[in-house]
Amino acid sequence: MLKIENLQARIEEKEILKGINLDIKPGEIHAIMGPNGSGKSTLASVLAGRADYEVTGGSVEFLGKDLLELSPEDRSREGLFLAFQYPVEIPGVSTTNFIKTAVNEKRKYQGEEPLDAAQFLRIMKEKMNLVEINQSLLSRSLNEGFSGGEKKRNEIFQMAMLEPKLAILDETDSGLDIDALRIVANGVNQLRSKDNAFLVVTHYQRLLDYIVPDFVHVLYNGRIVKSGTKELALELEERGYDFIKSEADQAV
Amino acid sequence: MDAIQFFTDAYAQQSSSLHLHAFQQSNLDAFSTMGLPAIKHEEWKYTKIRNLFKDGLTYTPTLSNSEIKFQTLKGTEEANRIVFVNGLYNAALTHLIEAEGNIVVKPLDTAAGDEDAELVKKHLGHSKDYHLDGINALNGAFAAGGVFIKVKPNVVLTQPIVIYHVTDNANGMIFSQPRILGYLGKNAEATIIETYVSTGNSESLSNEVIEMCVERDANLLYIKLQNEGAHSSHTGTTHIRQLEKAMTQAITISLSGAIVRNNLNMIMEAEYGESHMYGLYLLNGNTQVDNHTIVDNQMPHCFSNELYKGIMDDSSSGIFNGKIFVRKDAQKTNAYQSNKNVLIGANASANTKPQLEIFADDVKCSHGCTIGKLDEEALFYLRARGISETNAKALLLHAFAGDILQQIKYEGLRTHIDELISERLSFQI
Ligand SMILES: Nc1ncnc2c1ncn2[C@@H]1O[C@H](COP(=O)(O)OP(=O)(O)OP(=O)(O)O)[C@@H](O)[C@H]1O
Ligand SMILES: [Mg+2]
Repeated sequence: MLKIENLQARIEEKEILKGINLDIKPGEIHAIMGPNGSGKSTLASVLAGRADYEVTGGSVEFLGKDLLELSPEDRSREGLFLAFQYPVEIPGVSTTNFIKTAVNEKRKYQGEEPLDAAQFLRIMKEKMNLVEINQSLLSRSLNEGFSGGEKKRNEIFQMAMLEPKLAILDETDSGLDIDALRIVANGVNQLRSKDNAFLVVTHYQRLLDYIVPDFVHVLYNGRIVKSGTKELALELEERGYDFIKSEADQAV
Repeated sequence: MDAIQFFTDAYAQQSSSLHLHAFQQSNLDAFSTMGLPAIKHEEWKYTKIRNLFKDGLTYTPTLSNSEIKFQTLKGTEEANRIVFVNGLYNAALTHLIEAEGNIVVKPLDTAAGDEDAELVKKHLGHSKDYHLDGINALNGAFAAGGVFIKVKPNVVLTQPIVIYHVTDNANGMIFSQPRILGYLGKNAEATIIETYVSTGNSESLSNEVIEMCVERDANLLYIKLQNEGAHSSHTGTTHIRQLEKAMTQAITISLSGAIVRNNLNMIMEAEYGESHMYGLYLLNGNTQVDNHTIVDNQMPHCFSNELYKGIMDDSSSGIFNGKIFVRKDAQKTNAYQSNKNVLIGANASANTKPQLEIFADDVKCSHGCTIGKLDEEALFYLRARGISETNAKALLLHAFAGDILQQIKYEGLRTHIDELISERLSFQI
């Protein structure tokens, strides 16, 4: 589904991704962990198509297409979804109207008729229940004045509405209380199928108790320096990153 | 053109006024002395007004009876209609649905000689002291072709009054000079909307003066909508005198035009007056819109709030100049002003200048202005959800304009303007 080969990227002369390799197949859940500043959000942003980053080498194939050639909107319409680490507040744009526009643009791209008001409302109700999000939140301006947890929940709600093939969750668990964490994880698990995949960026084992990954990778200094199964996350929780850092620094 | 000669000739040819002769003559004299404002005139720095007075401009200050068809303003189908053609009040095309006795609409020249003569004398020409630049005087020299509108005391109009300025420019360049004197009696309430339409695409220039007095406890909602097209230039002064506890909301929306200059004056000449001034200029092509506003606080306890927003695409330019005067007796004045601009065109520009002159000590005044671009983070967030760049920009700009749009309390018109804006921003699913 997603094949990243030797991906390198920089921002303003600063080399951040230094050769990432990652292969994600349908049905899989991958977790990416790693110290602050190692490049996790950069990887997510490059995949979503943020223009600030310059890709200086490597390739990314997504569902048979050259992902790096696509505009951010086309990446989304092809089935890529990024839950932002810091969702943007957009005053004056109603959340509902925004989601309706997004859903219908995707349908148009896929050659489907736009949803009418009633159809949209029905689907929205259904997904609202799934992620236990309140109607009052959705009638407000997009993310404006939302609490940290509400913003994250809104990201998961958008994911549920857009039904992506590959969802990248960038620290969606940070700032969530225990109930919200369970709800978010629950949402992910319900959306999970043999046809879609998740890339979950997190600092905490806690989330991985709920969303059980098939693979865990450690990103350090712009490279994936260690990959393993869910046990790796437990080991990191216990030992911290020091042993990995020293291994990686020696290898260089 | 030699403007002084041209208009002196036109003055001699206009049908003679019954009751405004002296007023017109003194204005012609003032114009002959001042002429058209030169570029070095500080108030006309950006609007190069002399360039608009071109050879070939036709000016006919006498009413003709030709049939004329024009598009009515969507969303205001039920409203009262007052029509000007080429700057002259046209009684035949005017249509009032309001109960007789609630409202009086008649030629200004008539009003100057009947039971309303006192009102005309008191209020006509009040704006001239704020505009010593020839342009105001030029309009005054031809004022007899204007209209007088009076809303009787305690009357709440059920429907707005829409004033159509029709330019019949199908066969050549037209110059026009509408003149309006409006009076809202004590405790009256009215909505007055001005809109501009043309029958053709020849260049045109209108030079308008509308003066209004909002009496004690009266409530005026005034909307000026400019969407006439790239051929039309305009200079206009809206001058509103507010008496005790009067309340006015003025909304100026400019969506198209060649060179446009809007003066808006709020004269707070009694205690506890309140004015709200909103402006939205959404421009493209080479359109230039220059908004000059004045709030003149003369007496204590007045409140004014002002918010103007501009979106400039292509090579368009938006200019805002906001003056707030607080005279020495105007203690406890509250006056706020804000101007925000977004530049989206590579060659677009914005100029903004607040001018506060405060001579009282116990006042609250603030002003602020911004000129920026669209928020890249927000744009990326929307695009990352599959929304096209065009639609993402449209959503953000529409939100930016929303602060002004939602001030239009008259729903039919708000919906129409909202549609015009969405269309302009090319929002499309
Ligand atoms: N605009 C920028 N200019 C310079 N450096 C930047 C810029 N944006 C990000 N960086 C740097 O790139 C590095 C990687 O940042 P990134 O946000 O990808 O880290 P992260 O792994 O997601 O960290 P965290 O766990 O704290 O979220 C950091 O050192 C950061 O300071
Ligand atoms: Mg990060």
